[in-house]
Amino acid sequence: MKIHEYQAKELLRDAGVAVPVSFVATTAEEASRAFEKLDGSTAIIKAQIHAGGRGKGIFAEHPEQHGVQLVQSAREAAEVTCRMIGNRLVTSQSGAEGRVVRRVLVEAACDIARELYLGIVIDRNAGLPVLMTSPAGGMDIEQIANESPEWIYREAFHPDRGLQPFQVRKLARQLGLQGPSARSADPLMRPLCKLFVDLDCSMAEINPLGVTSSGDLLALDAKITFDGNGLFRHKQLEALRDLAEEEPAEVRASKAGLSYVKLDGTIGCLVNGAGLAMSTMDLIQLQGGEPANFLDVGGSADLEAVIEAFSILLSDRNVKAVLVNIFGGIIRCTTIAEALIQAYKTIGITVPVVVRLEGTEVEQGRQMIDASDVNIIVADGLTDAAQKVVRESKR
Amino acid sequence: MSILIDQHTRAICQGITGKVGEFHSRQCLDYGTQLIAGVTPGKGGQRVLGLPVYDTVAEAVAMEGADATMIFVPAPFTADAILEAVDAQIGIIVAITEGVPILDMVRVHQEIKNRPDIHLIGPNCPGVITPGACKLGIMPGYIHKQGPVGVMSRSGTLTYEAVWQLTRLGIGQSTCIGLGGDPIVGTSFIDLLQMFEEDEETEAILMIGEIGGSAEEEAAEYIRKYITKPVAAFIAGRTAPPGKRMGHAGAIIRGGQGTAAEKMQALEAVGIEVAQSADDMGRAMQRAMGR
Repeated sequence: MKIHEYQAKELLRDAGVAVPVSFVATTAEEASRAFEKLDGSTAIIKAQIHAGGRGKGIFAEHPEQHGVQLVQSAREAAEVTCRMIGNRLVTSQSGAEGRVVRRVLVEAACDIARELYLGIVIDRNAGLPVLMTSPAGGMDIEQIANESPEWIYREAFHPDRGLQPFQVRKLARQLGLQGPSARSADPLMRPLCKLFVDLDCSMAEINPLGVTSSGDLLALDAKITFDGNGLFRHKQLEALRDLAEEEPAEVRASKAGLSYVKLDGTIGCLVNGAGLAMSTMDLIQLQGGEPANFLDVGGSADLEAVIEAFSILLSDRNVKAVLVNIFGGIIRCTTIAEALIQAYKTIGITVPVVVRLEGTEVEQGRQMIDASDVNIIVADGLTDAAQKVVRESKR
Repeated sequence: MSILIDQHTRAICQGITGKVGEFHSRQCLDYGTQLIAGVTPGKGGQRVLGLPVYDTVAEAVAMEGADATMIFVPAPFTADAILEAVDAQIGIIVAITEGVPILDMVRVHQEIKNRPDIHLIGPNCPGVITPGACKLGIMPGYIHKQGPVGVMSRSGTLTYEAVWQLTRLGIGQSTCIGLGGDPIVGTSFIDLLQMFEEDEETEAILMIGEIGGSAEEEAAEYIRKYITKPVAAFIAGRTAPPGKRMGHAGAIIRGGQGTAAEKMQALEAVGIEVAQSADDMGRAMQRAMGR
């Protein structure tokens, strides 16, 4: 689960990490008042959307306006906010449509001498969270990793022991932090690592991490992603979820315990298992078709969830045909067959459906489909299923 | 011979009193698995499927002599269930549950990484089967056939697909393992490659990977150095849109590795027969075996 920059900064502030003073505004008037409260000559207005690349992004309605801008008066703060709120910010990560900006962050501009990178992820190989730092602040970490991997310094830490003081000293030395900056590394890095563990994060990133001219470290931007599997331990985080930032069909799917990603093709896919779902998409393309979605009904989906899955993928108007590919393990073929038959009755399926069933209770499942009066095209094997659904989608 | 489990394996099921645990315990019993007891905290003394239920794994081990376990407990309690099995000296731990918090698995991983006597399979996996001898997991038993191919996979249902193709080509399997789809799982391709190489019954190995991380690249390097048996492989996700499915973490750490094309290239470079589609997995194995 992703959250906004302003929410991430509140969590950092609560954890004792230094962040610039800022206020959230949803109107031009609020932005103007926020500027006055900051009591400085310069502020930064930052559009709040989940996609990155805001500084270089531009507004669809105001091509001269970027997603991050310095302002020097309350009036200018109001004008910039006015151009942002309610309009679509298009960035390298937002998709061509862009995202509607609903709030901005009005933040005190600070005198920054250096910008660093700092991020925490889980390292699969070490099986531990790892704090990554780099003197190449402001750059995309993947770009640093590709172009100059020797500029990334890593320290892994055990979740229950946290980052140790000596590890902070090592990193500070590698980053070339001296004097007050080296001293302020500890109260920033260790609480951040603790927050990562305490809130079951899957990613936490401060990029850039500013070094002020007086030597203090300051989180100039903040990005936090939570492990969806850990959210049950943190009910309070549910309030931070911004559903307006998510694809509506993907929200519906996640509520039903389904994994759904919308794509641009014409063939709706309903598959169990991520690997089989990806392979089904691969096969559809190999046969000359384009998948309309990735949909994994998962291992433990019940009847209602499978019916909801049909309903979600049929809500995509581009879908011309549907391929159901199930190899039953936990999920039984009879559940799929029953859901399919009920979906015909309750949702009213009007596009051709090709079904390929194997696995647990496959015979009973096939018999149920045969015995019903619904019009389903039965396939035998993967290639046969892909060929049939591609043909149907092009009729 | 086979790896991990055989006809002598004495298994318990943690979470046997739940709906899913009971359903799959019955399927395992029907397959012929020596499933001898269940464990559910607070339900000790009950009987499920004619088997005794204990409150703790330690009791089940003391009373029934269990040496393997299959875990179906809900995700919030899975790490605890795994550590309970480790504490009770159970050597084969198969965790089926999906949705386990990643930091829970970090703690489990740190606990067992220096324990060569403990083999954790999963979580978020279909389990392990030695055809004709023992099934510990949710895979449909009937698709398997006893034979010479060791199968290992990061995916669940895609493993069934591969096994079914092999069986229909008349090629049986020695042992089939689903490693699990989570970023941190108990057993790696390399662990299993080593076991398959040493296993007399296994004559060839089929590896099924997917995008993300670098497990396949590392396996390719290991195969080049140490594996003498024929290997075939498949990678799912050639057409998956970048950014949507790939975990940020895996991509960052290895700096650019993780796409299907790169993985397939790494495998082909060391002489592994790579299947061109999910429908070609069985035939790729056949080609690698020179049949």
